[in-house]
Amino acid sequence: MSNWKLVCPLEDIPPLGSRVVQQATGGDIAIFRTSEDEVFALHDKCPHKGGPLSQGIVHGKRVTCPLHGWNIQLESGEAVAPDVGHCGKFEVKVEGGNVYLSV
Amino acid sequence: MSKPKLVMVGNGMAGVRTLEELFKIAPDMYDVTVFGAEPHPNYNRILLSPVLAGEMKVQDIILNDHDWYRDNRVNLHLGKKVARIDRVKRVVISEDGTEEPYDRLLLATGSTPFMLPIPGNNLEGVIGYRDIADTDAMIEAAKKYKHAVVIGGGLLGLEAANGLKLRGMDVTVVHLGAWLLERQLDEVAGKMLQKSLEDRGLTFLLEKQTEALIPGESGRVAAIRFKDGMQIPAELVVMAAGIRPNTSLAEASGIYCNRGIVVNDTLQTYDPKIYAVGECVAHRGIAYGLVAPLFEQAKVAANHLANYGIGRYTGSVTSTKLKVTGIDLFSAGDYMGGKGTEEIVLNDAAGGVYKKLVIKDNKLVGGVLYGDTADGPWYFQLLKDGKDIHEIRDTLLFGQSMVGDVGHAGQSKAASMSDDAEVCGCNGVTKGTIVRAIKEKGLFTLDEVKKHTKAASSCGSCAGLCEQILASTLGGAYQATATDKKPLCGCTDHSHKDVREAIVARHLTTKEAVFEAMDWKTPNGCDKCRPAINYYLISSFPHESKDDPQSRFINERSHANIQKDGTYSVVPRMWGGLTTPDELRAIADAAEKYKVPTVKVTGGQRIDLLGVKKEDLPKMWADLNAAGMVSGHAYGKSIRTVKTCVGAEHCRFGTQKSMTMGVKLEKMLFDMYAPHKVKLAVSGCPRNCAEAGIKDVGVIGVDSGYEIYIGGNGGIKTEVAQFFCKVSTDEEVMEYSGAFLQLYREEGWYLERTCHYMERVGLEYIKGKILEDAEGRKAYYNRLLDSLKGAKDPWETSREEKPIKQFIPIRLEA
Repeated sequence: MSNWKLVCPLEDIPPLGSRVVQQATGGDIAIFRTSEDEVFALHDKCPHKGGPLSQGIVHGKRVTCPLHGWNIQLESGEAVAPDVGHCGKFEVKVEGGNVYLSV
Repeated sequence: MSKPKLVMVGNGMAGVRTLEELFKIAPDMYDVTVFGAEPHPNYNRILLSPVLAGEMKVQDIILNDHDWYRDNRVNLHLGKKVARIDRVKRVVISEDGTEEPYDRLLLATGSTPFMLPIPGNNLEGVIGYRDIADTDAMIEAAKKYKHAVVIGGGLLGLEAANGLKLRGMDVTVVHLGAWLLERQLDEVAGKMLQKSLEDRGLTFLLEKQTEALIPGESGRVAAIRFKDGMQIPAELVVMAAGIRPNTSLAEASGIYCNRGIVVNDTLQTYDPKIYAVGECVAHRGIAYGLVAPLFEQAKVAANHLANYGIGRYTGSVTSTKLKVTGIDLFSAGDYMGGKGTEEIVLNDAAGGVYKKLVIKDNKLVGGVLYGDTADGPWYFQLLKDGKDIHEIRDTLLFGQSMVGDVGHAGQSKAASMSDDAEVCGCNGVTKGTIVRAIKEKGLFTLDEVKKHTKAASSCGSCAGLCEQILASTLGGAYQATATDKKPLCGCTDHSHKDVREAIVARHLTTKEAVFEAMDWKTPNGCDKCRPAINYYLISSFPHESKDDPQSRFINERSHANIQKDGTYSVVPRMWGGLTTPDELRAIADAAEKYKVPTVKVTGGQRIDLLGVKKEDLPKMWADLNAAGMVSGHAYGKSIRTVKTCVGAEHCRFGTQKSMTMGVKLEKMLFDMYAPHKVKLAVSGCPRNCAEAGIKDVGVIGVDSGYEIYIGGNGGIKTEVAQFFCKVSTDEEVMEYSGAFLQLYREEGWYLERTCHYMERVGLEYIKGKILEDAEGRKAYYNRLLDSLKGAKDPWETSREEKPIKQFIPIRLEA
């Protein structure tokens, strides 16, 4: 059973950048691309005060929320200590130069 | 392949700090084993005095609990003393026979109290003051006995005496010197201290030499006798006559020692496989007994253990503070003064305040503060920075109280704040919360305080207050770093200054080149260093280095200001604050078309459209562009606005055409990025309706021309702009203010406003560069014009170029 959905070509996400995927229900999803071309997907909502993580600066495998500077780990969705919080994550993969999201 | 083995002997503050620094930069490099002679995990030795005084408990002062060792996979041997080191086989052997092989050995054996070589020094009831066991012994003795004698009137001795007094004993302090703390205080302050300790019930015997300790019938010490024949009862004797580096293990192993284990600037001993840090070390002939230098050593040692090989330890200037509750005392550097030095002294004996600052060649080289130590950290920072103080000499003695930062009820002295007073007005953090976090979590730096308490992590206006609180809570453990040596962020040990200089000197034009050339610890930096580096690159090589949008904060990437709900605000430029009916109509149309919920006039004389969806931004910009408007850059570390008054065009008082002047300046500076935001104002007469006195550059028209003021700030740090120069023509206004701004653009550190830049380098320096050197001024001005040549409206270009996609969300097919 496959529920993978085509999102966009990888090249449409800038390295160390992100894109926003809008769902009909369930809120926005932020898709991040690292400098190593790894791709991660998180709820576009910082566990702190709901800031749009997609708008943050991506570095290593982390993103810094643009509102108050929390750092969130892209792989796990966990906030970097000493902050504590969790952000929902989604399965995502790159195949044939395209990004797919499991929703 | 198995990892190399690192063994550490000594489980104290310097050693464990080295491990922490090592784990930060090379977490998986070694298998680590630690031997500690005490049965406790690493604790904060500085806080033994509050434990003795009954103000804290032992568990409060633990810095690294057992979980920390487990989480970092440290093989911990507690309560095991190392007997010898076999340097040939590279094995450490403890007294109980435990053997651990090493590839690298770190000695952090600390120091031992110096026990006077007098008869009776080994009697029961005679102890040093060094660890938890000594502290417990004192607490127990205080329950059973009455008479205590402390030998030594230094920091440790006085803290011990104070603690024993609080626990109900009669305490006499015996001291060889003519006044207390003669290694930290001059005679005046020493006598003031003695007086206030006597008021608390302590007895002092100065210039007394101890001859013998005399046992009672039980064999426990019962009395102390001096060389002059005087004898007093003593059931507990605490030797606090100094410490000696604990070098016995190193010496027995044939490692070269000379009043400490001798190390070089990389903290390496004469055996290249063996490093040493802390109180056991002699570096350039000095053994440090305070914690701040030890932490500096730890950082360098960790760096070399991780094979980074870039750090050097070159010695420390230390400051001290006595941890006796209710007595404020601070000293640093050369506090005695002498030949070639000058002194500024305030001596208010009745008020209990004494301040002495020692100055040499217009620089602060030392000082003693008694009774009012709030400005201690500030003086210490001036001292470490080696800052020229002649401009502030008049008010130097009165401290930094004129700082005028806002957002904490005007408080500028942490020491006088109560625990429930709010320090950080942005995040609602009180002084008590900060003090508690510092003590409980073992914080030592402003960065750690920011992370754990959130204080000073938003606008930063209370950073100075937080540093004061750190300094007063930590005392001698407080580590002031010279401003130009503070690391840019956690990704590097290099400072803003280092990075800027390297970019220019080595002609680095990409962030990757900077990371490579300067040994960045992270693959692509972080949200702190990337924007800074991006700015340094494009400001150093304007038409050569390419802007990296992903290294910019979102506002500068989307040319609008992000709001708390993720929407944006749009501010069209109105040159000099002027607009037209057509522009207003276009703004009104755009506001209706994109359902803008809030329309507001800003402090900089512009109109702000708030609550715009990101995907609407490009369309809205197209509409505003069509009406002839461009980006107002209300979102950038860039030229923001030139605010103007009506001026001679209409005003009956106006002497100069301030609107025209303002428009000219704003057009000249369009799209200028800077270390931080830049605001200007032009007033047409000295009534100054445009409030030019609190702008980065303020221009005030007078009958004969214009006065230019620089370095003003109306925000966090309310700072009145300083008079810079007077000129007669519009062209000169542009040249002088443009040259100053270019100097700031080339030398300012990222996120440093002009007022902070000016505070750092001094107004005289700026005058020298811009006013006294006409050629230099023209060169700066021309470089500014050159870098702004061909500036385009980012609203227009971002619609034309590829990144437009970033504004559009992706909608998944159902």
